[in-house]
Parts: sequence; C-alpha cells; structure tokens
Amino acid sequence: MLLSKLIVAICATSALAAELDRERLKHLVVQECGSCHGLVLKGGLGRPLTQDALAHFPQETVRDIILDGIPGTPMPPWRPLLSENEAAAIAVMLKNGDIR
Amino acid sequence: MIDRRSVLAIAPLALAPRLAFAQAPAPQMRGTGDLGVIIERATGSVLIVETTDRTVLTRIEGLGDLSHASVCFSRDERFAFVFGRDGGLSRIDLLGGRIAKRIVQGGNAIGGAVSDDGRLVAVSNYEPGGVRVFDAETLALVADVPATSRSAARSKTVGLVDIPGRAFVYALYDAGEIWRLEIPVSEAPRLTRLENVGKLPYDGNVTSDGRHYFAGLFGEDGVVHVDLWKEPLKAERVLDGYGRGEAPLPVYKMPHFEGWAATQNMLFLPAVGRDELLVFDLSTLKELGRVQTYGQPVFAVARPDGRHVWVNYAYPKNNVVEIVDSQSLAIVKRLEPGPAVLHLEFAPRGHEVWVSSRDADAVIVYDTRSFQEKARIKASKPSGIFFTARAHVIGK
Repeated sequence: MLLSKLIVAICATSALAAELDRERLKHLVVQECGSCHGLVLKGGLGRPLTQDALAHFPQETVRDIILDGIPGTPMPPWRPLLSENEAAAIAVMLKNGDIR
Repeated sequence: MIDRRSVLAIAPLALAPRLAFAQAPAPQMRGTGDLGVIIERATGSVLIVETTDRTVLTRIEGLGDLSHASVCFSRDERFAFVFGRDGGLSRIDLLGGRIAKRIVQGGNAIGGAVSDDGRLVAVSNYEPGGVRVFDAETLALVADVPATSRSAARSKTVGLVDIPGRAFVYALYDAGEIWRLEIPVSEAPRLTRLENVGKLPYDGNVTSDGRHYFAGLFGEDGVVHVDLWKEPLKAERVLDGYGRGEAPLPVYKMPHFEGWAATQNMLFLPAVGRDELLVFDLSTLKELGRVQTYGQPVFAVARPDGRHVWVNYAYPKNNVVEIVDSQSLAIVKRLEPGPAVLHLEFAPRGHEVWVSSRDADAVIVYDTRSFQEKARIKASKPSGIFFTARAHVIGK
C-alpha cells in the first residue's frame, strides 16, 4: 500500500518534471530564438518559424538545423546547449504550432 | 498664461500608500527631461518612468509585438516613437500617458531614427526590406525607399541612424551595402549607395559628432567604416581579421552597436563570436587593445563621462554585467543583476544606470560609482530602456 503510494508519487513527480522541461524549452524558443526569429516566431533577422513556414521541412531537418546551425548564416549550432532529445522536442512543438 | 494642453496630469500606475487618502492625483506641471520608456516585450506594453525618484508613472498597452523594440524621442522630449517588430510605429505622449498616434507601416521592422530638425521619423524594415520616412507629427508617409540592389532583390535594412542635414544612414543586410538617404525640405530625396562593403552587415551606428559610421559584419572578421565628412563617401574596412582566422564561437544573440561605447578617441565594439571587446582609436582606426570578457558582448555602453564601459552578454551568460575601466582596459566590477539582462541605459550625466533583467521581471537601478543597487522597479519581461535625453544626441 505504502509502496504503491510511493510509486504513484514518483510517477507524478517525473511527469511533472517532463512538463516543466517542455515549459523551459518553450521559454527558450520564445525568448532566445525570438531574438532573431521574433517573439511570435514570424521572423526577424532569421526566418519565420511558424507552423506554415516549417510545413515543408521534415521534423528531422528542423531538429538537425537546431543542433548544428546553418553555416555561413547567423543560425548557431545549439548542440552545446541542448540535447538531441530536447532539439527533437522543440522541432515537434514548432511543427505542431505548439509555441504561440 | 500657461498652455494647458502641454500641462497634462499624469495618473500614477498605482497610488502609493501615503497618497491613498487623496481623492485624486492633483494636476501636476512637470518637465520631461527625466522621463523614460521601458519596453515590456512580451505583453506589447511600455512603462513610462521618471528617473529622479525612480518611479513608474503609467503603463501603455496595445503596442503590438515589441520583440526587439526600440524608441526615439521628439525634439521637445514630449513624445516617444516606439518601433515594434510587427511594423508598428507608435507616437506616445509621455505627459498624457497615451498613444497619440499609431500606424502599422510595414510587416517586420527593426528600428528607427528621428531627423536632426525633428520633422521626420525613419523606420528600418526587414519586410518589406527598405526604409520608410514619416512626418513626425502626423506619421504621414514622406518617402518610401525600397532596399533593392544588384545583389539582392530586396534587402533587410539594419543600423539606421540619423545624421546632420535631415539625413539617415543604414546598411543593407542581404546586399552588403551602406546607404545615405538625404531628405531636403523642398527637394526630392537623394540617395548615396556604397556597394560591396562586406558580407552581412548586421548592425551599425554613428559617433555622436555624426562623422564616423561603422557597420559590423557577420561571418567576416572586420568592421566597415564610412567617414561622413569626406566626399565622395567611401566604405573602408577596419579591424580586418580581428578574429585572426580562429573559428568563431556560436552566436546565440547578435551583438548590438546601439548605445555603443565611444569615449574620447576610443571606441569599444563587441566582437562577433568572441568573448571580447575590440578597442580602437577613432583618429587612426587602428586597434588599441582588447578586453577579455565573461561572455560574448551584446551591448557595450560607455558611462556618459567615458570613464567606464558597462557590458552585458549573450545567452547563456546573460545574467552578468561587467564594468570595464576605459583607461586601464581592466574589468573593475562584475554584477549579477538577475537572469536575462537585456539592456541598460545611463542617466544623462551617468550617476545611475538602469539595467533590465527580463526573467526577474525587474529593472534594477545602480549607483555607477558605488555599484550599489538603489532601486528595483517591477516590469513585465523588460527589454529596452530609453531615456528622453536621447532626443538631443546625434544617432540616437
């Protein structure tokens, strides 16, 4: 009984952690990516990152651009700061229009 | 006889407890020389502040997308022009605490400038790429100058500044050009184009004598200089190869030239992709030295007396501000105002500096001699801070 309560508690905690992580990533995209791509992701010095603008890019391409940047342009590689899973999660959120 | 139209009451944002007994704030006559505007980037609002007692006078909402918003002031320091990312151009009445006029003049804008005679306000656009000039009073269109060139169909424009003679200078990001746009009172606008100045100029600024325009280049080790006192205008490269061919670090926030640090004969510029400030001599255009910094500088702003330079940094090192002694080039102080420090603005004679910490939802005011915190002002995701004294500085 006590053990199952404990398991439920642990599961709830890790689910919460995953949710918080998503919120952190959303904040990162809006605020830091937003510096170049606009707070509402409609573009600035960088291209728009709206759902429409990314429709033709496969999710993996978006993830790879986040991780490795685009050489010769100001788009930096985020690999030093983000894991592959985090970059993939951002790619999914952008493709789904989950951010803004 | 007092002209009542210019002596409007200002409604405080929230009545201080000691004023709670008052029925209504008494109408107040005041100047505007100690006022300022703080951008609240996420909510599309600005705070009008006064810097003598460090208080918020009012909040103005409905200004659209204010990511990367900037502000210029009318000659009489009564009105602020707010340039929004979404192309919004708003003329704000600082005394009335209201939007006097607002237009959406483009699809995606980056900044603006007011002409020396105060009659024109120019806006630098990414979409459609070019510069549009408006009557500062009515915001009616005066000139539309698309940034078309041989090398790019339509270019984003950056680094727009005013220079003496109803004129503006700016750079074409995609095309790699620098243009001077003159708008004489009763003649057609005149354009001077400098082509092939370098790859991807990302920002520019002019010294406060209106003489030296510099544009930073992205992906090239160098800075472009135009001496605006020498006709015909010529773009020349300075600080060429400052990165010594080393691979640049990833740039998570583009450096800014706005509010740059020009002190006596020295200019401090943020290096691109390097944890350094470049210091060079304005008379010889030769490098004087470098300052190794905590991170990649975004803004390097001189205290108005020129003795110190305050520097903030790109993500993820944007919780720190360092202070450089302009004489020894040593870092004399490191402050941690809060998470995501985005901008800073000095009081006109430099006794205090206001620093925005976006993720602390606060603007922190420091004494610039003791480095002690003097006040903390609540603001929602604050970014740019602009004081009215800018009205009387060339290039601001």
